[in-house]
Amino acid sequence: MDRTFHPRRSRRLVPLVALAAASALLVAGCSSSSGGKKSEESSSGAAAGKADTPRMTVAMVTHQGSGDTFWDIVRKGAEAAAAKDNIKLVYSNDPSAGNQANLVQNAIDQKVDGIAVTLAKPDAMKEVLGKATAAGIPVVGLNSGVDDWKKLGLMEFFGQEEGVAGEAFGKKLDEVGAKNVVCVIHEQGNIGLTQRCDGVKKTFGGKTQTLYVNGTDMPSVKSTVTAKLKQDSSIDYVVTLGAPFAMTAVQSVADAGSKAKIATFDLNKELTGAIKKGDIQFAVDQQPYLQGYLAVDSLWLYKNNGNYSGGGEQPVLTGPAFVDKSNVDSVAAFAAKGTR
Amino acid sequence: MSDQAAPAVSAPPASGPGARDGRTARRPLALRLLARPEVGVLLGAVAVFVFFFAMAPAFRSGSAMATVLYQSSTIGIMALPVALLMIGGEFDLSAGVGVITSALTASMVSFQLTMNVWVGVLVALVLSLAIGAFNGWMMVRTGLPSFLVTLGTFLGLQGINLAVTKLVTGNVATDDISDMDGFTQAKALFSSSFTVGGVQFKVTVLWWLLFAALATWVLLRTRYGNWIFAVGGNKDSARAVGVPVKFTKISLFMLVGFGAWFVGMHQLFAFNTVQSGEGVGQELIYIAAAVIGGCLLTGGHGSAIGPVFGAFMFGMVSQGIVYAGWNPDWFKAFLGVMLIGATLINLWVQKSATRR
Repeated sequence: MDRTFHPRRSRRLVPLVALAAASALLVAGCSSSSGGKKSEESSSGAAAGKADTPRMTVAMVTHQGSGDTFWDIVRKGAEAAAAKDNIKLVYSNDPSAGNQANLVQNAIDQKVDGIAVTLAKPDAMKEVLGKATAAGIPVVGLNSGVDDWKKLGLMEFFGQEEGVAGEAFGKKLDEVGAKNVVCVIHEQGNIGLTQRCDGVKKTFGGKTQTLYVNGTDMPSVKSTVTAKLKQDSSIDYVVTLGAPFAMTAVQSVADAGSKAKIATFDLNKELTGAIKKGDIQFAVDQQPYLQGYLAVDSLWLYKNNGNYSGGGEQPVLTGPAFVDKSNVDSVAAFAAKGTR
Repeated sequence: MSDQAAPAVSAPPASGPGARDGRTARRPLALRLLARPEVGVLLGAVAVFVFFFAMAPAFRSGSAMATVLYQSSTIGIMALPVALLMIGGEFDLSAGVGVITSALTASMVSFQLTMNVWVGVLVALVLSLAIGAFNGWMMVRTGLPSFLVTLGTFLGLQGINLAVTKLVTGNVATDDISDMDGFTQAKALFSSSFTVGGVQFKVTVLWWLLFAALATWVLLRTRYGNWIFAVGGNKDSARAVGVPVKFTKISLFMLVGFGAWFVGMHQLFAFNTVQSGEGVGQELIYIAAAVIGGCLLTGGHGSAIGPVFGAFMFGMVSQGIVYAGWNPDWFKAFLGVMLIGATLINLWVQKSATRR
């Protein structure tokens, strides 16, 4: 064995060298003349000077699952506010309620100067938020929990009511003359997503159906939506609850040979292009960047000037804002930076 | 069934070409067929097909079949190497996120370096094969069960997918590469459609069947195929008769890497961007398709055509529920019940076929 080993090793080097040479050639000769990083415009963040107040620490604890474009935008807003306010931002997230509560406890243990938290499962957060209040740490809510933030002793709340957004969506569907709508839920059992579809159902005059798809597998999302459109050919609007799913629904509609139009909740940069092209009719935007930014900035304002938005009584609503062909141009530039 | 064997005994020995000795009586063709690993699942698939054909009017059209086949093909292309690996006695939990790792790599390499997308595609292939080689090498080197090694790879890749994407693109999804050089050719290869009789089929269906034919040939007609059965059946006796156990296992893991690359490229060129959080949970669906297709979780037994029907059944059930227009709250429950039912039919057929 050992004797044959050495000559074999040198022979093995040959394909490696060949591969390296081939890759070098590829790198030299295969540049793309269109698209890519080079064509992406250099973007600067929305930095507006910097506060000279003493450095403080703010913890943001959300129920984000990993790899979701929506939460990325929330976090960018929070980071922009932190950079401006001389704040050290500690971001953490866990979709399971128990783990999220532990992360809040972790923030309390770190003796942070403020906590911004989402209340996707308010009951699970009750006890730990009581501890935060007892420790004298100001807590603000964002994104989800518009019905519960006051009960749980939070100071302020920034977000949109999912039900209200759904209701606004339903009214808009009536305006554009939809008759039979399918609401595509990409995560079975997610309360916020269910509330959106329920809101649509509440105000929309026509028929609303629900469809569950497997959000972690795009080909499966595509074929399931196609199947639904074929099963019920009278569907004239597909409503998705996240931007990437709306983009996939465009292909499903084409595959099914359906005439259905598409509208969605939430934005990203690919979606603004699709609205411009007319592939997607409109998107309702809850302005996640604003939620992250305001939550962090409000803690700075409270510490340095004793302010609180909404007077501790009313939530600060960041949505629903509609983006359609009429205003997409003004939004597209910000979406390209990943902040809208 | 015994009534066919009985007259053979009373017949005089060697009296003509059709005569059989009772001791070596060949079991009836139907039974011999039923004993093959893929026949049970074929019957299960037929049952599911008939069921939805009767229940869901929308299921009956050619274009519905194209949708079902598309869904089945993206599962099926991965279920094939996963099945071969399982016949070889191992399995790979990192197969689901591995698909996304490959797609993310191709997309980011092309976009960030502003390269022709084929450069990204090739880099992703090398990476996917390397991940497979790592899994295999780690396993044979340390002797750890493949469950542990690939669980580690699964978690590691999940984190790397997210962290590296965020680090490189500044977002959790990759940038749109559809306007870059080479995209159109790559899309033609990995994600185009073709029309047969007025119905549009996705090219992945062709690739799926081609890979299945190739895998069947390798498994049944080549020395390498024998090695796969041997290492899955009994590693030590396989080694004793000169089967290169380490090579076989590592190469099987690399084959899964190749499958992940192929499906990853399909996803990238079908949807232009990739979200870094996708893929989690898919590994179980691939394994399920292989198991339904008659591959044993313990190795040494199975076929390449079985997983084709396994994936097809999965596609039919998940789309059939939608075509039938059933209450979607029950979606996953229906899926679970139908899959267990189909697997039981599969099991029952095999048992009754091999009883005598």
